[in-house]
Amino acid sequence: MNAAIPLSAQLINLFAAVILLLAFAMLAQRRMLSLVNLFAAQGFCLFLATLTAAVTTGQSHLFYSAGLTLLLKVIALPWILYRLVRQLNIKGEVEALINIPTTMLVGIVLVMAAFNVALPISELSHTITRGTLGIALAVVMLAFLMMITRQKAISQVVGFLSMENGLFLAATSATYGMPMVVELGIALDVLVGMIILGVFFFQIRDQFDSLDIRHMEKLKDN
Amino acid sequence: MSFSGALAQLFAIALALVLAPLLSGWVGQCRAWLQSRTAPPLLLPYYMLRKLFEKDVVLAHNASSLFRAAPFVIFGCMLLACAIVPTLSTDLPFAPAADALALVGIFGLARIFIALAGMDVGTAFGSLGGRREMLVGFLAEPALLMVFFTLAMIAQSTSLATIVETLAHRELIIYPSLAFAGVAFTFVSLAENARVPVDNPATHLELTMIHEAMILEYTGRHLALIEWAASLKLYAYSCLGLALFFPWGIAPGDNILALAAAIPLLLLKLAIGGFLLAAIETVNAKMRIFRAPEFLGTAFMLAVLGLLVRLLLEVKV
Amino acid sequence: MDFFILMLAIPLVSGALLTVVGERDWAPNLNVVASLGTFLAAVGLTAEIVANGPRFAFGEQFFIDSLNVFFVSLTAFVGLTTSIFSGPYMRNERDRGRLSKPRLRLYKSMYQLFMFTMLAALTTNNLGILWVAMEAATLTTVLLVSLYRTPASLEAAWKYFILCGVGIAQALFGTVLLYFAAERVLGAAGNALLWTHLVDVKAQLEPTIMALSFIFLLVGYGTKVGLAPLHNWLPDAHAEGPTPVSAVLSGLLLNVALYAILRCKVLADGALPEGYAGQLMIGFGLFTLLVAAFFLSRQKDVKRMFAYSSIEHMGLITFAFGMGGPIANFAGLLHMTMHSLTKSAIFFAVGHATQKTDTQLMEQIRGLIRINPLIGWGLMLGTLAILGMPPFGVFASEFMILTHAMKHYPWAIPILLLALGVAFASIFGKVQPMVFGETTAKRLPHAPAITPVFLHLGLVLMLGLYIPPYLTRWFHEAARMLG
Repeated sequence: MNAAIPLSAQLINLFAAVILLLAFAMLAQRRMLSLVNLFAAQGFCLFLATLTAAVTTGQSHLFYSAGLTLLLKVIALPWILYRLVRQLNIKGEVEALINIPTTMLVGIVLVMAAFNVALPISELSHTITRGTLGIALAVVMLAFLMMITRQKAISQVVGFLSMENGLFLAATSATYGMPMVVELGIALDVLVGMIILGVFFFQIRDQFDSLDIRHMEKLKDN
Repeated sequence: MSFSGALAQLFAIALALVLAPLLSGWVGQCRAWLQSRTAPPLLLPYYMLRKLFEKDVVLAHNASSLFRAAPFVIFGCMLLACAIVPTLSTDLPFAPAADALALVGIFGLARIFIALAGMDVGTAFGSLGGRREMLVGFLAEPALLMVFFTLAMIAQSTSLATIVETLAHRELIIYPSLAFAGVAFTFVSLAENARVPVDNPATHLELTMIHEAMILEYTGRHLALIEWAASLKLYAYSCLGLALFFPWGIAPGDNILALAAAIPLLLLKLAIGGFLLAAIETVNAKMRIFRAPEFLGTAFMLAVLGLLVRLLLEVKV
Repeated sequence: MDFFILMLAIPLVSGALLTVVGERDWAPNLNVVASLGTFLAAVGLTAEIVANGPRFAFGEQFFIDSLNVFFVSLTAFVGLTTSIFSGPYMRNERDRGRLSKPRLRLYKSMYQLFMFTMLAALTTNNLGILWVAMEAATLTTVLLVSLYRTPASLEAAWKYFILCGVGIAQALFGTVLLYFAAERVLGAAGNALLWTHLVDVKAQLEPTIMALSFIFLLVGYGTKVGLAPLHNWLPDAHAEGPTPVSAVLSGLLLNVALYAILRCKVLADGALPEGYAGQLMIGFGLFTLLVAAFFLSRQKDVKRMFAYSSIEHMGLITFAFGMGGPIANFAGLLHMTMHSLTKSAIFFAVGHATQKTDTQLMEQIRGLIRINPLIGWGLMLGTLAILGMPPFGVFASEFMILTHAMKHYPWAIPILLLALGVAFASIFGKVQPMVFGETTAKRLPHAPAITPVFLHLGLVLMLGLYIPPYLTRWFHEAARMLG
């Protein structure tokens, strides 16, 4: 059984598991800068997973993809986020809507659901790292949960990017990469989205004097 | 039970009795180094024990027989735990009894007695400590059980001996679930042994302590036994952690020579483990008691995740 | 020169150009000229497809057939009329001090880039690029929604970004799953995401994966269509952004997102047991219809109300495509066209009306017909058209949908009639006093562009009375492709 798994697949599984762990850590994290750190660490694990997949399969586009991940998710985006946190002078703890232990419990339920959904699919796959599909889905769900429960704009964005990480994990580990054009396009979208968000943050702050999105609940159907 | 087997078992128990205070002393010393304090002597716990054994026991007027029996029960439980945890060898006479669930039960029994003893005299601190201890225990036990379940799934058995055997003599396979379980186990150990993020073994600040609050009324040999039991518990947890997550070097047989060969490695691992524990205690600040549920909740969650990851990634390949 | 390349190049180049020269006085004209060029190229492309049949471009990355060329020409047409409308509208906004020159520059260049992303999304053969283009379409419009930089518009843009971002992330997961399924059949080569390849092997795609993939794609792209329960961004974005943006969002972006779902549905239908995808769409469609009708009756803001009306129509169209079959698909396509034309015309009229009265609250807009009969009538006729009054084209398509539903899904009829009835009562009851009665409105320095309103309404009227045979053939062909 287990002995049949080659080392590379084991490594990818390990990185995937660590990515999941980091997703949980982000869910539990209260401080903004640590959140960005965790996001960078998650990106780094994603990079390692992609790199392992690239070395194993020898597909050149996976190398590009890994490089792209390193540049974007480990260096560029955390750097932008750092700058934003510092320039916007965001201090104090991340305010969560639901207390953190409850969030964690909900998170576990989500992970179970994700694994349940992914199990029948992974059984169909040929790739040895098919189990990562479930993890990717779980990471997406957890990021979604984080976006729902957090009230600061930046932590919502980190949640959004973490969701993107989960999707990338699904793309690179479970299927050994999407076609190159697509990956480039996705990376471009993420980057542009981040830049737009950066602009956006300043607009929000100028307008509301805060990045707390509780200020932005005026538009409702009464 | 062969004669050599019995001898080896006795040897392992004796080793635990001797090494346990030493480990506590070592952790205390490392802590002092890391915090730039003058280190207490390595053998301090022994001096303490000797001093306490020589002193007379002072009992509260309303102390019941339970109060007097508890130290012996607790000490017995911890000794038994140390005996069944595979420290040096996986094939000792007690190994068939070394079921993971039984181990959790033994720890639970000791916990109940110490909490009851704390409440027995009826002082405010005793019952406060007892309540807190039960809170920590009720959160830590499920987490510990989940860790054991994850490992049991890998080894297809809840016997500690089989688990360690399987883990020690496998090919090099990365189990992501083990990483989760390992972190969860560390969390649980810290809480169970009243170490820093949850409790501070060195404090006598009334409002924050847990373990110390329960044993305030103990004196003399009773206190000595309880202190010894506490260090045995730390030793048992350390050995368990080492055996489960770093199982290399544990002898499969029960002859004395193999055991003797396993000792240096065990000492080395314990020394490193003790140092790491001291480092953890130095880096972290003690958290408020109300954060402890969150801490242990995280441990539980990690253990569950380990189990799930095990199910998803490693089964049915 | 190739019409297709021209059609994509014109908005891209002019978008880039407008970032540089967008503050000049003639920039709005450049915007119109570029849109006109795009439209002409689209017409040329349409003629080419009608004459020669489907074709590829850029290797196999782009593919134009009778289904998407119909959306392409619609998009280019509404893009053109909206650019005509936005000229005087934006000048008025500038004179009122709501927009500065740099913002107008941003608006024009983003408008062209938005057109580019939509045309790319419509014509691409690669489902991955489809995703990329859809996301890019969100990104280009986020800053347009927050163009006024008011607290409300920022909130709307934030909601738009986050909700659509989440939605589109689901769609990406669906795409990954689709690739996962396709890879097993087509191999890991780059063509495993090409629709034309997928459609050939759709029956061999693994059903378990496809079922899950379609759910993710439907929810993901459905967020952009405005399907309930993920529709919350839509009324906010429509109400708080500038009116031309509301017009293109409602008239075009929703269509493009729905088109993406349709492409995926074709694949899902091939792989899955009969009706799986259809049932899902019927469910979502009816739910959306009900939710929108319920919220319609409670609106006070005119643009919000018409945004909910868009949601309602999207629900109806999703329902129609969910039923499937040549008639329902035909009706769905027709309704998409009608809705695009009518809704953008309404937004044009509403835009001028709100400028004249300085408010979007319906209670304060009165007697439009006194101050500008053309705008008043435009709004009234547009409202009648969107409510499905004969002889406008919306009536024809709604009638077809209802009769088809009566035959195959009779249980849905009460829901449909209830929703349409509620929508009629609430919209008509609110628009009528806006058009007639005493007025509070004032004259504006720049005369409004009325032509687009009546051009659209004229087309809707014409298509209600008479659909040219070549158009019918074209619709039929597209409907047949949808299965």
